[in-house]
Amino acid sequence: MPHDHHDHDHPAHSPPQPDDKVHSYYQILGVALKELLIEKGIVTADEVRSAIEKRDQITPAHGAAVVARAWSDAGFRTRLLTDANAAVAELGYPMTTTRLVAVENTADVHNVVVCTLCSCYPRELLGLPPAWYKSRAYRARIVHEPRAVLAEFGTQLLEETEVRVHDSTADMRFLVVPRRPAGTESLDEAALAELVSRDSMIGVAVVRQP
Amino acid sequence: MRGPHDVGGLDDGPIDPAPHELGFWEKQIDGLRGVIGAKVIVTTHENRRYVESLGDDAYETLTYYERWTAALSRQMVDKGLLTQAEIDARVRVVRERLAASGELAPGAEDVKP
Repeated sequence: MPHDHHDHDHPAHSPPQPDDKVHSYYQILGVALKELLIEKGIVTADEVRSAIEKRDQITPAHGAAVVARAWSDAGFRTRLLTDANAAVAELGYPMTTTRLVAVENTADVHNVVVCTLCSCYPRELLGLPPAWYKSRAYRARIVHEPRAVLAEFGTQLLEETEVRVHDSTADMRFLVVPRRPAGTESLDEAALAELVSRDSMIGVAVVRQP
Repeated sequence: MRGPHDVGGLDDGPIDPAPHELGFWEKQIDGLRGVIGAKVIVTTHENRRYVESLGDDAYETLTYYERWTAALSRQMVDKGLLTQAEIDARVRVVRERLAASGELAPGAEDVKP
């Protein structure tokens, strides 16, 4: 499928054009598919709208609430690490179509998550994946030079820290439980959740002391 | 042999951390796929298989949601839910409508895959 008749550059993963106009054949194709599928009764416009609205409501705050609970409640932490699907459902975030595995960072082990083949991600807890997570560069490099990749994200690990890279699949997603920073003993769960970034739950960042 | 998607462990350049706010059309595709998945018309495995089967050139040159759109189109045809002829006809109609309403970018009138 050559693109040599395009009159503008069209590199992979290019952001959408800023003028809101339709530039790509595939944008037109997407509109055509939606119209046809609605006309044939395979989907409804309401269903699509509702799916988009639900997706927009999921932010990394869901995952941060899970992490803050694990930091605050030893029983929940144990349940999260043994049966993450059941544990996150307790907080009202059911993941019914994929297995969820929570991996905990410790003084000795740092975990980081990728989907080398595509873009699988715990969307129910973190929302849609960031563009870099879907990029070829991240997917290619994180598995063989994780320390170099983490350094690009500003995360320097000690030489003796073991790095574990977890490759997601269509059936299995991972949530990193970052280390709770020192000096947060007096913070309640809501304040703790504020500290937990999306990137720390993917594993490319750590949670900083407030 | 490695497919174009199978990149784990290969070398590559620096990671671009720039955020990418999804456009309206990308959210539409994501929502459409979500509904079709929830109705168990297609599975995640199938989706990925179709994206991987687009060919090296398409995989390398198309954006993420362009790949998903191309894959969805083929899936609907293979499952007998839509025909290629009606998709092509509707693409022409949509293109003309967007051109008439001024929503088509200059130069996009003749763009084909």
